[in-house]
Amino acid sequence: MAPARYVQLGMSDSEFEEVVALLGRQPTDAELAMYSVMWSEHCSYKSSRAWLARFSSEAPWVVVGPGENAGVVDLGDGWLAALRIESHNHPSFVEPYQGAATGVGGILRDIFTMGARPIAVWDPIRFGTLDDSRNRYLLGGVVSGIAGYGNAVGVPTLGGEVEFADGYSGNPLVNVMALGIMKSDQLVLASASSPGNVAVLLGSPTGRDGIGGVSVLASAGFDDTAGSKRPTVQIGNPFEEKKLIEACLELYSRRLVIGIQDLGGGGISCATSECAANAGLGIDVDLDRVHLRENDMTPAEILMSESQERMLAFVDPGDLEEVLGLAAKWEIEASTIGTVVEGGTLQVSSDGEVVATVPAASLTDGAPLYRRPARRPASLDESWADPPVLPDQPDVGGALLAMLDDPALGDKSWIYEQYDHQLFLNTVVAPGHDGSLLRIKGTSKGLAVSTDGNGRLCSLDPRRGAARIVYESALNVAVTGARPFAMVDNLNFGNPENPEVMWQFIESVEGMAEACAALGVPVVGGNVSFYNETGGIDIPPTPVAGMLGFCDPMPARPPRLDAAKDAMKVWLIGSSRGADFAASAFARIVLDHLGGRPADVDHTLGPKVVAATSHLAHAGAPVLHDVGRGGLAVAIAEICIRSKIGVDLQVDHWTELFEESPHRCIVVADPDFDVDVGDLPRRVIGYTGGDRISFGPLGSVGVGEAAAAWRQALASRMTT
Amino acid sequence: MTAAIVVFPGSNCELDVEHALGLIGVDTELVWHRDTDLTGFDGVVLPGGFAHGDYLRTGAIARFSPVMAEVERMAREGRPVLGICNGFQILCEAGLLPGALIANRDLRFICRPVLVVVEQTDSILTRAATAGQVLRIPLNSYAGNYVAPTTEMLQMEADERVVLRYCDALGDTTSDNPNGSTNAVAGLTNAGGNVAGLMPHPERAAEDILGSADGKILLESFALSLNDRAAASL
Repeated sequence: MAPARYVQLGMSDSEFEEVVALLGRQPTDAELAMYSVMWSEHCSYKSSRAWLARFSSEAPWVVVGPGENAGVVDLGDGWLAALRIESHNHPSFVEPYQGAATGVGGILRDIFTMGARPIAVWDPIRFGTLDDSRNRYLLGGVVSGIAGYGNAVGVPTLGGEVEFADGYSGNPLVNVMALGIMKSDQLVLASASSPGNVAVLLGSPTGRDGIGGVSVLASAGFDDTAGSKRPTVQIGNPFEEKKLIEACLELYSRRLVIGIQDLGGGGISCATSECAANAGLGIDVDLDRVHLRENDMTPAEILMSESQERMLAFVDPGDLEEVLGLAAKWEIEASTIGTVVEGGTLQVSSDGEVVATVPAASLTDGAPLYRRPARRPASLDESWADPPVLPDQPDVGGALLAMLDDPALGDKSWIYEQYDHQLFLNTVVAPGHDGSLLRIKGTSKGLAVSTDGNGRLCSLDPRRGAARIVYESALNVAVTGARPFAMVDNLNFGNPENPEVMWQFIESVEGMAEACAALGVPVVGGNVSFYNETGGIDIPPTPVAGMLGFCDPMPARPPRLDAAKDAMKVWLIGSSRGADFAASAFARIVLDHLGGRPADVDHTLGPKVVAATSHLAHAGAPVLHDVGRGGLAVAIAEICIRSKIGVDLQVDHWTELFEESPHRCIVVADPDFDVDVGDLPRRVIGYTGGDRISFGPLGSVGVGEAAAAWRQALASRMTT
Repeated sequence: MTAAIVVFPGSNCELDVEHALGLIGVDTELVWHRDTDLTGFDGVVLPGGFAHGDYLRTGAIARFSPVMAEVERMAREGRPVLGICNGFQILCEAGLLPGALIANRDLRFICRPVLVVVEQTDSILTRAATAGQVLRIPLNSYAGNYVAPTTEMLQMEADERVVLRYCDALGDTTSDNPNGSTNAVAGLTNAGGNVAGLMPHPERAAEDILGSADGKILLESFALSLNDRAAASL
């Protein structure tokens, strides 16, 4: 006997029983489809919601916090910025090009739904190691998908980050963050607003693609039938989205839209129920009016379809003609599919018959809430008791070359040169630096963004790891002269029904929340991606921070990695000599080891280092560089390679070159530059000059040789 | 003097071109691809992007947009017509410039600054520049690989209509060809010298804060030509 319909749709027995109790009867096919989608992990956050309250979204400059399509912050002088992060992990594994492409499309809709013009995208992505051809195929496909969609839709992609680890072989991570800007009177919210308004469906026709995307695909792990899930992946059309962006922005500027919601995961079910519930109203939806790609679709299919490039706008009936005229001008399809009514009932009809009658709020606020059991992994004690065993005197030059030749540490231009990263003429600091910096034309304002994660670090200590990621991203925006202003998080984890995964999740949330509180950074949105597992193997816990930095004015000359000149002084500011090798790049690349306990963050020192770094950017430091993966040696090598200059660096012990303790920044500046960092530790560690990266008696590497290794680290592996 | 900037559905560099031309004092107006009257404009720019999604082939659908009849008229009348990136592809499809642009040699999108050398200065794109001048201008395309039938290529070279070529820091055009373009062609003009197309984006290199202002000289050349036309029509 085939499993019950609700099981096929990804619902549990108890959830189905709750629907029956709530309606007082058996649900219709269409109703079941709606509940299965809206109560999916992806839409309802049922396993994570209870914990996300830990994040503070409070700050005077927060205009819209979590819960809407995007967070919105106030930049002053009537300017707002909207930001959001999302994952498209599962679709990208099943079909890398379309999975990644539609991830870009979806996040852009979240931004322009708010009234903002999307101005940039970042993509933090993670794969299994590149010695496996399937991982190379996935990376190539994902990058092509991001480029293919992002370039054509006309929104620049300013980078992101990439990490390789065996733990992602069965389940790559494809996260995407987007930023938009608008004037404050253009803000629009997802609400049906008032009775009598009409619901206009704009954009692509509804087809059978992406049915069950959020419930069957995004909210369950993979087994060996992953390929059979391909029809649940949506297909992107960037040209349609480009027209939709321009049409919507013109609708807003003419004040023709009262509320609007994009159709992403959950399709029409999601957009109608959320807008109705947000207004405390109901909507009569007529599926016969929906413009379709295929004519024989069932009501349940139309309700669940995740066809891309669609928006649901609520407009005053008096404006309808103008709205339809504007849609025609931009050559997009539009159909009036519903009317807002009193009461809270979402009523759906098809072929003249009512096929669903449900309380709208029961789909959204009524979703189940789970406090799943959590348990600290037993294996953690063993890991902590197994720190890397360090050699007495390694070949420092050889180790540095090996690390520069690593695809995660080497040059990423093979990726970002496939992305248009200059459109709109805002890109002041381009990909390849710690953080990107964008100007807002016509103002003195700058926006910086960095996305950061570290699965290895978090697998050893999710709380410390997650906190360190937040500090890293804060420092990455600070080197451009910005101060950390708002954050979004993408929480990528395994199966939440596994108590050890749930523990990793809770610990990560705690770590991030503590660091954000110490930095005074509000968390204005986020995304949780569970069920990242294949064959019962969960991915490493991978929270990703998407940090927005803000400065006004921007530094006259924002620091750059390629601005070091001969005879400059090299300083290290921030935390003093540590010896943190757990989950370090040195341990991975040179020792092939993962163990020990990573150093903790310092919530007193950390924010001070961030503030001092931002200050130095404004004071005119030519080069500021966060010390991150690979430690001091890799950080200084990156500066030397980019600036085509050597360095003579003095340290007391070789471990200082490769250890990765947090809260450190390199400053390279003229000898008379005032490195004013208040009471923070600072010391001179060397001088630039010559053509070798030299560590005194410990060893040296030619800049040319280092550059050659670094430049081909990723490219050579992807073009074999 | 006023230049029209054509907006096709899928164009995306129109505001950037407007901004950069604005910096050098050129008045511009965005015109929709359905407009059929460009009377009053001294010249026209076809900006970069993905007109009509670039479906089928770059520029293949755009050449049938209603506005193209007016673009052809202006070309015929000797007014300055400039195609940047996708605009260059469209001008080739429309037969206003010879040859075609096919997929890059390495079959990957390329977004990075490249070096181009000014080959000759008798064009609306290079008249303010100096022959041999090396410019650093961003390239941003998947189909930037210029091809033309051998006879046409020979004719074009004989007529000295290749105005920009990819080059290295010393101006050598036999190395550092980013996309495989025949004869390292980065930009060219028609026989009349009033229609020009180039793959790099001069509007992206018009301010030092964005990394290079080398593209300004090309935009200024275009502005001079607009000025001449404006003066001529008084």
